[in-house]
Amino acid sequence: MAQDSKSEIKKYYLPEGLPAPRAARTGVDKEYWDATKRHELVVQKCNSCGAFQWGPEVLCHQCHSFEMGWQKVAGRGRLYSWVRCWNPVHPALKDACPYIVAVVELPDAGNIRMVGNLLGDPHQNPPFDSAVEAVFEDHPDATLVQWKVTAK
Amino acid sequence: MSEYTIKDKVAVIGVGETTYYKRAQAPVSEFRLACEAIIKAADDAGIDVKDIDGISGYADDRNDASRLATALGLKHLGFAGMVWGGGGGGGSGAVGNAAAALVAGYAKYVVVFRALAQGQFGRFGQAPVTNSVSGAPAFTAPYGLYVPAQWVALRTRRFMHQYGINQEPLAAVAMADYYHAQFNPRAVMYGRPLTRAEYDKSRWIVEPFHLYDCCMENDGSAALILTTADRARDAKQKPAYLMAAAQGSNYRHNATVENSADYASSNFKTLAPRLFEMAGITPKDVDCAQIYEHFSGAVMISLVEHGFCKPEEVMDFVTYENIIAPKGKLPINTSGGNIAECYMHGLELVNEAVRQVRGDSTCQVPGAKISLVASGPMVSPVTDLIVHSI
Ligand SMILES: [Zn+2]
Repeated sequence: MAQDSKSEIKKYYLPEGLPAPRAARTGVDKEYWDATKRHELVVQKCNSCGAFQWGPEVLCHQCHSFEMGWQKVAGRGRLYSWVRCWNPVHPALKDACPYIVAVVELPDAGNIRMVGNLLGDPHQNPPFDSAVEAVFEDHPDATLVQWKVTAK
Repeated sequence: MSEYTIKDKVAVIGVGETTYYKRAQAPVSEFRLACEAIIKAADDAGIDVKDIDGISGYADDRNDASRLATALGLKHLGFAGMVWGGGGGGGSGAVGNAAAALVAGYAKYVVVFRALAQGQFGRFGQAPVTNSVSGAPAFTAPYGLYVPAQWVALRTRRFMHQYGINQEPLAAVAMADYYHAQFNPRAVMYGRPLTRAEYDKSRWIVEPFHLYDCCMENDGSAALILTTADRARDAKQKPAYLMAAAQGSNYRHNATVENSADYASSNFKTLAPRLFEMAGITPKDVDCAQIYEHFSGAVMISLVEHGFCKPEEVMDFVTYENIIAPKGKLPINTSGGNIAECYMHGLELVNEAVRQVRGDSTCQVPGAKISLVASGPMVSPVTDLIVHSI
């Protein structure tokens, strides 16, 4: 659970009203969204050559195999970049600024990167490359993957 | 040098633009703005509008080439082309495509244009409101990552971290743009000087970008006319010959969910060497440059990737004194650019490069012969060009 500066318990890091993620009709990312509901992190991994790939695509960019598999990976990474957002770019964010968007690299998955929010004080200034871990945030329609700093 | 080149085979012979308006302030439609700018560019070139036989656009322009050709009564249309991708990445590429069409013989006079009326259509800086999202945005939008300011900020901050860069180069770009705009009556921010104190205390949009680090949102249109070198010799204006143009992308730059192979990049690393090779010059030969600045932080990275300085030298090179006309080491964005002249998706930067080399900029760099344009950093494809006077 995220807490804002007044220490009120918030259900989600960002307010409700942002669009819910939905698996693509093509099925290219269905496994990912199914896995987050189980509080598991999975990423695309080529069944032929073993390359990791993110975001999901219909074929492997290394060997062009269309047989892309899914690999469960540890929910830990390093804070590759982050920004503090002050401008409400969506009406649902009107009273939610500032908030932090993080780009996290996953060393256990070929250094692919994922995006989430950085839980905790939105005024924190975590060093780049800090260790972070995944926190699953359950919404009615989908489970988001958030991140929090574990060590600096 | 490559046998296949457009170097000095075509020239820009006319530039034009409508009044530049603040967002949603244009009193007429976007299509009419496009027509007005094209007519002005043809007037500047001294050609009959109806002699235009090629139309080159970019950024998913809403003003269809065939509708324009019909409305303007063009005698025939020999070339109509568009650079892939939204945003300003295609500005120089649309000029490059025009050059290719001219050299190929598809057309004799090609107009490159961009028109924007964000009142008539949607805004760029705001997310569309939907209940659900799928595909690549499903991995970013639910986290409030929606708009270019944020994407550019993430890459910029990684670059700043890697090379120990603080806010100063960003402030320098914003201040230089505003300074140059004070000389340019076309500029939306003409008569609206910016002090460093105002910059410092302006609100954050997304760190490290203050309000003044961000492009404006504007209505208007810009256009330019290109023709072959032999026809350009008789033109009313001094021709600005195209030395080189390039377009493209680094390896897997557009990998979704922030997975560009080379993340803290403007995406020019594979283009710039091709651009300079075709032009047959080096960065130190460039008299002034127009470096697309949707957000100030991208400029230093584009300058580095074009070889104007090393990343370790950014703090010393990208200073206000170095980048202002007329005496800076490399004056940039001498019309005020996207931040203070007009956010015409960077086509105003191409027109300014032309004005510099023909000697009629409002912030003229004395004796400028060569100007470089870098369009739309960090998107894919990006494009760039070099013009010069002979
Ligand atoms: Zn493979």
